[in-house]
Amino acid sequence: MISKEVVVQNQVGLHARPATFFIQKANEFKSSIWVEKDERKVNAKSLLGVLSLGISKGTKITIIADGTDEEEAVNAMVNLINSNFSEQ
Amino acid sequence: MENPSFFVTLKQVIDDFNLENVSNMDDTDKIKIITPDVNRPGLPITGFFDYFDANRIQIIGKVETTYLQKITSQQRYESFDKLFSRKIPAVIITRGLEVFPEITETAEKYKIPVLRTNQSTSRFLSSLIGYLHHWLAPRITQHGVLVEVYGEGILILGESGVGKSETAIELVKRGHRLVADDAVEIKKVSETTLIGCAPEIIRHFIEIRGIGIIDVKKIFGMGAVKDAEKIDLIIHLELWKENKQYDRLGLVDEYTNVLDIDVPSLTIPVRPGRNLAIIVEVAAMNHRQKKMGYNAAEELNQRLMDEIGKGGL
Repeated sequence: MISKEVVVQNQVGLHARPATFFIQKANEFKSSIWVEKDERKVNAKSLLGVLSLGISKGTKITIIADGTDEEEAVNAMVNLINSNFSEQ
Repeated sequence: MENPSFFVTLKQVIDDFNLENVSNMDDTDKIKIITPDVNRPGLPITGFFDYFDANRIQIIGKVETTYLQKITSQQRYESFDKLFSRKIPAVIITRGLEVFPEITETAEKYKIPVLRTNQSTSRFLSSLIGYLHHWLAPRITQHGVLVEVYGEGILILGESGVGKSETAIELVKRGHRLVADDAVEIKKVSETTLIGCAPEIIRHFIEIRGIGIIDVKKIFGMGAVKDAEKIDLIIHLELWKENKQYDRLGLVDEYTNVLDIDVPSLTIPVRPGRNLAIIVEVAAMNHRQKKMGYNAAEELNQRLMDEIGKGGL
């Protein structure tokens, strides 16, 4: 199991549309992936779960993955967030 | 034990119990209550502070007040100076009892709110402790669906895409209630009870692949949703594994541990064409029957024993 902290930097935070990119990316991996904000941890492959966290700009979240491709998974998720979900 | 990240503000306690703010202290929304335990400071006001937990709300009732009446004003001042210097969150006086000026004076000095209720001490204590246990309960967020079927709270767990939300929507269509989809916040409100609810942002929304997000309350109405429900049974949905043996008799009880509570659980294999909603309904009824049947058997046995006892005399 590995985890990485990342700060969401895109303008609007993780609202509905970026969240769909986020879960689509998470669903590409076999590993179980979670997003943790404060004390709450949700399944990164579930749209409503991710939306329920209400992640806004500047929020620090932790990506946690457990499974055969955990390393690629965490890196891909972090890269996606750092690319600001390729908005613009 | 208590996770300090869970708290309830004093203001919330004041509002929910309709407490009188005797000391008129502002900023009660900045005071955090982090422990569900409370204390009656009988011993501390006599000067005994061993094992004193300063995080607890202090409740002053008839006994403490009677004691305070018997000591001098100077002694009252000293004893509350000591109590308040521990930075306790608040003092609550019950039965609408008189508040000694020494209490308000020292409370002012240490900026500790003094509150009052008209309720009797034991009654107030039990409702306050119950309330704090509810708000400060250990909790986790679980990926799954929580529905209420025939009065039973059923938590459906399983991998993404196994059909949890689809089962939930069919159950709703069949007259049952949705509590939470995708993310279920579970609180352990007592040593035997788990309560689940939906995070506020996504409450009563459900995601169906191919359709998207739907608002269950808007589409199916008020009768199709519920804010919170206890968890009586857990159903694990999993794709049918060819060589796995599934329960055929239901004689062996299976449990799933959630927050240190063993919840009765079932594992239901999923295969196209299997109507999961009906299976969940049957599971709910069967679970109720097990609960009720057990008691009936005891009852019957008792009657039988009574009869045999009579005959033997």
